[in-house]
Amino acid sequence: MEQETLFTVNVYSENQVGLLNQISIIFTRRNLNIWSLSVSASAIEGVHKFTIACRTTRRNIDAVVKQIEKRIDVLKAFYYTDDEIVYQEVALYKVQTDNILDSPDFEALIRRHNAQILEINRTFAVIQKTGQYSDTQMLYEDLNQYGVLQFARSGRVAITKSTIERVNQFLEMQERRELELNR
Amino acid sequence: MEEYKGITGSEALIRALLAEDVDTIFGYPGGAIMPVFDKLYDFQQELRHILVRHEQGAVHAAQGYARACGRTGVVIVTSGPGATNVITGVADAMIDSTPLVVISGQVPANLLGTDAFQETDVVGITLPITKWSYQVRRPEDIAWAVARAFYIAGTGRPGPVVLDFTKTAQVGKIDFKYEKCSFIRSYTPIPTISEEKLNEAAELINKAKKPFMVYGQGVTLSHAEAELKAFLDKTGIPAAATLLGLSALPSDYKHYKGMLGMHGNIGPNVKTNECDVLIAIGMRFDDRVTGDVNKYARQAKIIHIDIDAAEIGKIIPVDVGILGDAKEVLTRLLPKVEQKEYNDWEDEFDKCAIVERARVIEYEVNPEKGDINMGEVIRCVSIVSHSDAIVVTDVGQNQMMGARYSTFAQTRSMITSGGLGTMGFGLPAAIGAKIACPERAVCFFSGDGGVQMSIQEFGTIMQEHCGVKIIILNNNWLGNVRQWQQMFFEERYSQTRMTNPDFMKISEAYGFKHRRVTRREDLKSAVVEMLADNDSPFVLEVCVIEDGMVFPMIPPGKGVTEIMLNAKEWF
Repeated sequence: MEQETLFTVNVYSENQVGLLNQISIIFTRRNLNIWSLSVSASAIEGVHKFTIACRTTRRNIDAVVKQIEKRIDVLKAFYYTDDEIVYQEVALYKVQTDNILDSPDFEALIRRHNAQILEINRTFAVIQKTGQYSDTQMLYEDLNQYGVLQFARSGRVAITKSTIERVNQFLEMQERRELELNR
Repeated sequence: MEEYKGITGSEALIRALLAEDVDTIFGYPGGAIMPVFDKLYDFQQELRHILVRHEQGAVHAAQGYARACGRTGVVIVTSGPGATNVITGVADAMIDSTPLVVISGQVPANLLGTDAFQETDVVGITLPITKWSYQVRRPEDIAWAVARAFYIAGTGRPGPVVLDFTKTAQVGKIDFKYEKCSFIRSYTPIPTISEEKLNEAAELINKAKKPFMVYGQGVTLSHAEAELKAFLDKTGIPAAATLLGLSALPSDYKHYKGMLGMHGNIGPNVKTNECDVLIAIGMRFDDRVTGDVNKYARQAKIIHIDIDAAEIGKIIPVDVGILGDAKEVLTRLLPKVEQKEYNDWEDEFDKCAIVERARVIEYEVNPEKGDINMGEVIRCVSIVSHSDAIVVTDVGQNQMMGARYSTFAQTRSMITSGGLGTMGFGLPAAIGAKIACPERAVCFFSGDGGVQMSIQEFGTIMQEHCGVKIIILNNNWLGNVRQWQQMFFEERYSQTRMTNPDFMKISEAYGFKHRRVTRREDLKSAVVEMLADNDSPFVLEVCVIEDGMVFPMIPPGKGVTEIMLNAKEWF
């Protein structure tokens, strides 16, 4: 049995209705659990970017990514292991103000975790932490002594360490192809 | 192209179809598509509409049409049940790479998502089984969507496209100008071939001692039959076809060694595991071809040529993967490969063929006594039709026998549901094939089970005066399942016995010529009678042996060399 790894898949697509569905069913078909998902506009105008984290074998993720790229409205899809990317998640924590107000350690804890207080009022405080899964998890565990009322964690966002921007190259190539066709 | 001012979306759709050179459509009207059918009334000279008896028949007929002539099949149905009834055919076209444009009506845009009468989420349902599916909500989008639909369906690895046409788009008025699509930024139908990979492949091929070529429908789809033959002529490499690859090379071609797979020929299966270089082109290593993949061609260097990047390495890890169109790859590979002969290696295939002939084929096609076998019927039709008919099969024993014992002289002569294995496919597919190629004989082989899954299409044949030859191989069983029950389920014949109607009376009711054969000595004259008049439909019912079985057989889960010659003996 081939070893399972956590892969980060980046999908660049046209901005069409139903794209998320098209992509997610490819994971569903193979009974692969999407570990985290984040969708937003990319830096390129009109191009959407999906960042999907999924734990599986290299063979599987390779097949999945090819099947994603095969979808008509998908421009390009890539997959990476953690050492090939810089990635972060953001987590929000809500705690009761009373519980932290008189605590001597609270401020040190926030500093140690490099977290921020986004909002504080008489009843509750909202704390934010960006980092990797283990970082946000550790803060959750530390904050839990004060009682965490709500906790939310985003999907990961990732940027590659590669020196070439493959999507841009692809789009330039396609532009040339279109020009040749129209000539 | 001319501009039309202030026309309805329905007229725009029809003008778009005409601009795509469509002259035949298969369909069935209903509430949410009525404006389109109303407009069709004005275009009866330009567009032949085939009124089927069930929407599943429309989509299978369009598949048969596309497979026979290579043009994109077009289907028009209504919303809700009309659309859901085409789903099986759409899935079938997806897995068998058949170009289709399916247009389904949809409720008015303002009612979408409200559970309106005959509303179904057609785009949602068809997403995983189409190359592209899109909802047309506004008449302004028709030209764009139809142009894209035809471009996507027919280029690259072909496949089905569904356009979900709201009534709002059908009745709205627009100024219409059509332009064919030739570019989509996010879609590269014909990949650029890597010269480096070609060289790597040529080197492997030139050094090979026992090379073997396996090919599939990709050869037919890219019109690469002549290039394949030229390649094999020069290299002397023996070749075998997948089920859907059949007829791309003539059956009597010297380097053609037969069919691969579960019920394929012994040589091609066994030699897969003895060759040193396996060249796979336009095929996708389906499990019916490979058997147990862990025992498949482990000794060989594998070259896989395919137009679909997702197929390369999907099932079998490859040594050289060439992404590209089969015709172009073969053309560019030809000058790089050396002229050779592999007489000893080819003899090994022929030795297997001799064993197969003596141990399997002779019993099937030339029995001296007992009930009629399926195989002898098929062989008889091939002989009488001079291997020149388009063979259409249903699914099951009739299909495997049809594939094994039909012989082919020209390409696009085998139409069968390969990947999906859809019973009920054959009869409507035969109608579509006959409409595409009226000058050719179309012989449809069916079981008594499969023909009844689409038997309502006898009405379509009658109405269209469609000269399809329907050969019902009647054993009063669901034969293929029965075979598995006998072999793998301890002869527990659960729900496979059929009590059948009188097929002659049914044929008579539809006004078809018909004949029932129960004795071997009547078979040939019946086939001659059936094929005498190319233009009229004919039902030939042959009462065949009840417990006939298809052999050789690689039992499920076994490797390609583990072949049963009959229910007791292994090769």
